[in-house]
Amino acid sequence: MLKTERPPLDLVVVGAGVVGAACAYYAARAGLAVAVVDRGPVAGGTTGAGEGNLLVSDKEPGPELDLALLSTRLWRELAEDLGGDLGAAVEYEPKGGVVVASTAAGQEALRAFAAGQRAVGVVAEEVPGERLRELEPHLAPGLAGGFHYPQDAQVQPALAAAHLLRAARRMGAELITGETVTAVDRGPDGAVRGVRTDRRRLAAPAVVNAAGTWGGELAALAGVHLPVMPRRGFVLVTEPLPRVVRHKVYAADYVANVASGSAGLETSAVIEGTPGGPVLIGASRERVGFDRTLSQEVLRRLAVQAAELFPVLAEVAVMRVYRGFRPYLPDHLPAIGADPRVAGLYHACGHEGAGIGLAPATGLLISEQLTGKQPEQDLTPFRADRFPAG
Amino acid sequence: MPTSPSEAHDSSAFDLAVVGAGPAGLAAAVTAADLGLRCVLLDGGPSTGGQYYRHPAPGLGAARPDRLHHHWSAYTGLAERLAAHEGAGRAAFRGGHQVWALERTGDGFAVHVTRGPESTDRATVRARSVLLATGAYERQLPFPGWTLPGVVTAGGAQAMLKAGLVLPGRRIVVAGSGPLLLAAASSLVTAGAEVPAVVEATAYLGYARRPGVLASVPGKLVEGAGHGGALLRHGVRLRPRSAVVEAHGTDRVTGVTVARLDADWRPVPGTERRIDCDALAVGHGLLPQIDLATELGARTRTGPDGAVALEVDARLRTSVPGLWSAGETNGVGGADLALAEGELAAHAVAGALPTAPLLRRRARLRAFAELMAAAHRPGPGWTGWLRPDTDVCRCEEVPVSAVREAVDELGAGDPRTVKLLTRAGMGWCQGRMCGPAVACLAGSVVASGPDRRPLGCPVPLSQLAAGPSAEFDDRP
Ligand SMILES: Cc1cc2nc3c(=O)[nH]c(=O)nc-3n(C[C@H](O)[C@H](O)[C@H](O)COP(=O)(O)OP(=O)(O)OC[C@H]3O[C@@H](n4cnc5c(N)ncnc54)[C@H](O)[C@@H]3O)c2cc1C
Ligand SMILES: Cc1cc2nc3c(=O)[nH]c(=O)nc-3n(C[C@H](O)[C@H](O)[C@H](O)COP(=O)(O)OP(=O)(O)OC[C@H]3O[C@@H](n4cnc5c(N)ncnc54)[C@H](O)[C@@H]3O)c2cc1C
Repeated sequence: MLKTERPPLDLVVVGAGVVGAACAYYAARAGLAVAVVDRGPVAGGTTGAGEGNLLVSDKEPGPELDLALLSTRLWRELAEDLGGDLGAAVEYEPKGGVVVASTAAGQEALRAFAAGQRAVGVVAEEVPGERLRELEPHLAPGLAGGFHYPQDAQVQPALAAAHLLRAARRMGAELITGETVTAVDRGPDGAVRGVRTDRRRLAAPAVVNAAGTWGGELAALAGVHLPVMPRRGFVLVTEPLPRVVRHKVYAADYVANVASGSAGLETSAVIEGTPGGPVLIGASRERVGFDRTLSQEVLRRLAVQAAELFPVLAEVAVMRVYRGFRPYLPDHLPAIGADPRVAGLYHACGHEGAGIGLAPATGLLISEQLTGKQPEQDLTPFRADRFPAG
Repeated sequence: MPTSPSEAHDSSAFDLAVVGAGPAGLAAAVTAADLGLRCVLLDGGPSTGGQYYRHPAPGLGAARPDRLHHHWSAYTGLAERLAAHEGAGRAAFRGGHQVWALERTGDGFAVHVTRGPESTDRATVRARSVLLATGAYERQLPFPGWTLPGVVTAGGAQAMLKAGLVLPGRRIVVAGSGPLLLAAASSLVTAGAEVPAVVEATAYLGYARRPGVLASVPGKLVEGAGHGGALLRHGVRLRPRSAVVEAHGTDRVTGVTVARLDADWRPVPGTERRIDCDALAVGHGLLPQIDLATELGARTRTGPDGAVALEVDARLRTSVPGLWSAGETNGVGGADLALAEGELAAHAVAGALPTAPLLRRRARLRAFAELMAAAHRPGPGWTGWLRPDTDVCRCEEVPVSAVREAVDELGAGDPRTVKLLTRAGMGWCQGRMCGPAVACLAGSVVASGPDRRPLGCPVPLSQLAAGPSAEFDDRP
């Protein structure tokens, strides 16, 4: 038997990853009645399988960097606002990033990249090779130089999702876990009327697709095309260590990898410490569908790169490996906002390797659309109908 | 250097790599070599024997191991046959070889091994088939005081005795559930300890009294009677339907509180009594060690004891082509069953027909194992002896209250999410110790499969960086 929920909902968010959590949080804060549905637990998707770098340093000027800058501000506000202890609860650390170059040519490329970023509000400070070790005492000797990005930060992704949802629930949002959305209901006029799960019907005039890597399937349930695909990544987790890595440190070629459209394996280790002690080394990027097979070649490359940057890491043990599937769209931009094809359908998915960072801006902009405000950033580049139907 | 395992040294591949040299693996390797397979037997420990035939390192001047072992001759017989095969170049035993991953290759497996801390301690063994015989580890259920020095696991106490002949204390309470308790208590008293009580959560021997059950398993009967006799002689008291609900002490355990349990294992208020002791050996049965197989996607089943084991067919094949499993990995059942399954699996790998008596013996022992498993399944009420400040995960010091908060307030519905939100299970033991307790407290909203661990054990980064090696060119 399908029951209808009371009181009436304004919004159903599908997906309890970090993006769905942020959507629920900002919608609830705007006074909307929200239910969040996930087929698994909170953070059981990609959010629980990756790292929590909040990076501006790796993004070139454009809509994604604008989104990242907005998110940087929002993460800071969230960490401060929510009862004071949220920052600690989600392990928010505005520790800054350090991008290093091994050659003078590499440093020159970084310089040009940083100049473009500075023009749109990124803070980037050049660090000559001989001063890198003041920032990172354990870095390998002989690097040509680097850039320090004080705006880069980090959170623990699963905690971030869980605490955003807890805050949303305290403002009245409802969380339903362990139920799969099997249909998106639409009225005779084509507008969204809610969703059906394997256990109930949830009526609402708006549905947010925050289904991450499975966002394409959810879009299809609503009758629209959205080509979200998986891009596999592995992260190595070391044994707990004293503070050997202070910032998020990565080599210059990371930026090229992130932006690359290649299907082949790309690795460029980003190395960071965590409050618990383990150092995270990630991540690889590969398009191999949802294949979970552990790749020896990925392990090898990440380990080699980590030891190249921080020779001390060669001496440590790797305790764990995470693996996850980033949700990506062909142009490497997420889908955010109202779908012009179906009234009441909103998308918040396809954030690829930056969903943790971009979650608050995504949630805020959608809540502004939902409440009839002018979103503070233009959402046109993120429109879901930008891809020709396959 | 080869970059892809599939193209590397195929000619040097073994017919069979057996992972784990306990009763199951040892029997399998010997039988496989008998049947003409080129076989390598790998174990993380220094010698063969596994948990059951654990023995003192030579040179300790220890008493004869046969005193601590029933069936010692079964072990020595296998060890001699293995030595003969090794001498003839038909089989190889490699101790100190901890397997951290199995990788499927074009025509078999690359078995990834770590042998120590150095970058050169990596080895890669190639084999057409793999038999998993990695045994089991102990199920731990936390209680207030369980992290005090002097509290050891029942199996750990056994292992300490067998390997080094050390006692964890002089007056030792043995508690928990399962047949291992009697074995442990009997070894402890034989070695000179005082055991004031064996505290067993179930009605115990209830199943054993069922006519026909034990009679069909003579080996077990003998073993049970042996333990019973030793315990009786030493005046050890068995307290069924009871549990240690708290261990006392500041620097070290000085006593325990024992309470009666109802049928769901909930402590009955007002039944507490204190027993003084200087050590506590506690265990709640064993859990199959199956990470290497589940990482490859092998199908599993939940046994009557609630433990997840590999699903195998009648010939002990897992759902992963080329991967077999024998012994505790198929559900905990003891050394005799492990021996029978090892032999059976070797026949299957070699394509030889097992004898009818072997098949019957295995079926009978497996049936008994299932019965025992059902009897000792932890009841849901055990969480009744926890306090909010009891550590669930001792590696990361995560208390019960933090796990409950993650479940009630943060939306964790399964052990994996609890781990992400509390760090329970992220320490050295990687959740092997707290996993069952966390699963129970999480009350699994969502059916979550077995925890998949890409690395079977910690691996030095330098070895990951070194990449697969071609170590085993010295094949027989
Ligand atoms: C190895 C790796 C490293 C990464 N590192 C970083 C990093 O450093 N910084 C960063 O910002 N990002 C990083 N990412 C990317 C980031 O993890 C993702 O962009 C982000 O988690 C996406 O969040 P989400 O909420 O959109 O998706 P998810 O977390 O996957 O949530 C989607 C949810 O939708 C649910 N769902 C799907 N379909 C249905 C349905 N029909 N019914 C009900 N529920 C459904 C799923 O169960 C899931 O819980 C990394 C990713 C990986 C794999
Ligand atoms: C701590 C403990 C104490 C026990 N005490 C008793 C007792 O007193 N009496 C009794 O009747 N039964 C006892 N048992 C049960 C008994 O040992 C088992 O029934 C029997 O040993 C099962 O045989 P097996 O071959 O399946 O596994 P095991 O004997 O457990 O052998 C498994 C072997 O695999 C090796 N191994 C595991 N993982 C890897 C890896 N990744 N790489 C390489 N090698 C690996 C281990 O080192 C071990 O040698 C005990 C079990 C345990 C765990």
